[in-house]
Amino acid sequence: MNGTLRKIKARKNLVIGGSITLLIATMAIFAPLLAPYHPIDNADLLHSEEPPSRAYLFGTDNQGRDILSRVIYGARISLSIGLGTQLLNSIIGILLGLTAGFFGRWWDDLVMGLTNIMLSIPALVFALAIMAVLGPGLFNVFLALGFTNWSYSCRVTRSQVLATRSLDYVTAARALGYGRVRIMLTQILPNIVGPILVIATLGVAFAILTEASLSFLGLGAQPPTPSWGGMLSTAREQLFTAPWISIFPGLAIFVTVLGLNLLGDGLRDVLDPHITRQRR
Amino acid sequence: MLIFALRRLLQFVPTILVISLIMFLLLNVLPGNAALMAAGSQEQGIDSKFIEQMKKQWDLDKPVLTRYLIYLGKLARGDLGLSFLRRESVTALILARFWPTLKLAMAAMLIAVALGIPLGFLSALRQGSWLDACSMLGAVSGVSMPQFWLGLLLMFFLSVKVRLFPTSGYGDGGLAHLILPAITLGLGYMALLARTTRAAVLEILNADYVRTAQAKGLPQLMIHRKHVLRNALILVLTTAGLQFGSLIGQTVIVEKLFSWPGIGSLLVDTIFQRDIPVVQGCVLLIILVFLLVNLAVDLLYAVIDPRIEYR
Repeated sequence: MNGTLRKIKARKNLVIGGSITLLIATMAIFAPLLAPYHPIDNADLLHSEEPPSRAYLFGTDNQGRDILSRVIYGARISLSIGLGTQLLNSIIGILLGLTAGFFGRWWDDLVMGLTNIMLSIPALVFALAIMAVLGPGLFNVFLALGFTNWSYSCRVTRSQVLATRSLDYVTAARALGYGRVRIMLTQILPNIVGPILVIATLGVAFAILTEASLSFLGLGAQPPTPSWGGMLSTAREQLFTAPWISIFPGLAIFVTVLGLNLLGDGLRDVLDPHITRQRR
Repeated sequence: MLIFALRRLLQFVPTILVISLIMFLLLNVLPGNAALMAAGSQEQGIDSKFIEQMKKQWDLDKPVLTRYLIYLGKLARGDLGLSFLRRESVTALILARFWPTLKLAMAAMLIAVALGIPLGFLSALRQGSWLDACSMLGAVSGVSMPQFWLGLLLMFFLSVKVRLFPTSGYGDGGLAHLILPAITLGLGYMALLARTTRAAVLEILNADYVRTAQAKGLPQLMIHRKHVLRNALILVLTTAGLQFGSLIGQTVIVEKLFSWPGIGSLLVDTIFQRDIPVVQGCVLLIILVFLLVNLAVDLLYAVIDPRIEYR
C-alpha cells in the first residue's frame, strides 16, 4: 500500500492532473452554490459586454449575462458529455474487444475488420456525418460521439485479452469448470483494467474537445445553454470589442482537457508495467 | 516492394466499399425527407409534382440498394452526383475546394515537423533540463488546447492588436492569409510530434547498439545523427503520417474559423443546408486522403528502415 502511495506521489502528472480534474468536477457538481448569478436568467442588456470587474469577475457577454456563472455551469455540460460518451464507447469497445480476443476465429476477424474501418474514419468527420442526419443538439452530439470512438478501447482490450488468456490463472479457472462468460468477467477483465482506464481517461478529454468543437460550429448545445464551445461560437463576433468573452470559456476547455491528459499520462505511468520497468 | 504496394492498393478497394456503404446508409436511410431537401425546402406543402420530379432526378424513388449500386457505378467514374441546393456536380464543387484544404494541411504539417521533431530530439538529449521541462509542458498544453480557441487568440493578438496578418479569408491565396490558419492547425500536431520524438529518442538512447557505438569511441554527433535520429524517425514518421490524415479532418474547424474556402468549410455549410450528396462527397474524400496517406507511410518505411521487408 505504501509502495503504491509513494509511486503515485512520484508521478507529478498524476497529482496535478488528478487535482485539476477533481476541481472541475467539484465546480460542475456544486455549480448552483458556486455561481454568483443564474447562467441564463440574469440577462441584462444595460450591463452587456462589461469587462471583468468586482461585480462580474470574468465580465459579461453580449446579453449582459455573467461569464463566470456561465463558465461554471458549462463544466456540467462538458463533463457529462465527456463522461457519458466515453462510458458508451468503453462499453462497446470492451464488449467487442473482450469477446474478439477470447473467442477468436471469425468473430475476431469481423470485429477487427470493423475496428480498422472505424480507425480509418477521422472521429470528427464521422461525428459530423451523423450530425448531418440527426441535426444540431446536445443529445445528438452525445449519440454522434458515443458511437464513433470505441475503436481504441476495443483494440487495447483485445490485445490485453490475447496476452492474458493463456496465463496460468485463466487455465486454472478453466480447470475448475468456470464458464466462459465468468472467466471473461471475473478473471480476465479485472486484470486488464489498467490500460483500459488510461484509454478511457484520454477518451473523456477527446470527447470534451470534440463536443466543444461541434458546439463551436453551431451543431452542439444551442443557445442559451451555457456550453463552453457554444459560448466561444457567439463570442467570435465580439472578438474586436469584448475579447474577454472569448478568453474564459476557452481557458476552461483548455484547463479541463489539460487536467485529463495529465491524469491519463500519469495513470499510464503507474498502471503500465512496461513503462514502470523502463523508468526504473 | 511493388507487389506489396499493389496488394495494399487492392486491400484499399474493400475498405472504401465498406466505408462508402456505411456513409450511404447513414446519410440516406435515417430520417429526413431527402426529396423535400432536394426541392429546396424542409417544409411540407410543396407541389407534389415538383417533389416527384426531384425524386426522379436524384433517383430517390428507387429502393435503397438500387440507389447504392447506382451511386457506386457513378463513384467508379469519379461522379459524386448532383448537389441538392446548388444544382452543380459535387465532384466539381469538391475539386474546386480541394487545393485550399491541401495547402492548409501541408503548411500546418510543415510547421509541426519543422518544429516538433527538433524540439523532441533536443528534449530527449537534455532529459531533465529546463529545456526538457518547458518543451514537454508546452507539448502537453499544445495537445490540450482547443484549436478554435488558439485561432481566436492568434487572431486577436496578431491580427487585431498588432495587425500583422489578415483576420480571415483566402485573399489571393498568398502566404499572409495562410500563416495564421496554418499555425492554428499545426501547433497541436507539433506538440504531439515533439512528445513522440522525445519518447522514441529516449528509448533508443538506452539501446545496446548506441552503447556499442559509444564504446567504439564514435563522435557523439555521428551517434546522434546516424544511430539515434534515423531509428527514431521510423516511429516519428508513423505518427506524423497518421496525424496528417487526421489533420485533414481537423481542417473543418480551422477553415470555418478563418473563413477558408476548403472542403471543411464546405462540409459544415452543407450539413446545415442538409445537402446530403455534398456532405457524402466531402466525407468520402477526407477518408480517401486519410487512407492514401497511411498507405504512403507504409511504403515510406522501406526507404527509411532497410530492415523492413515486404513480401
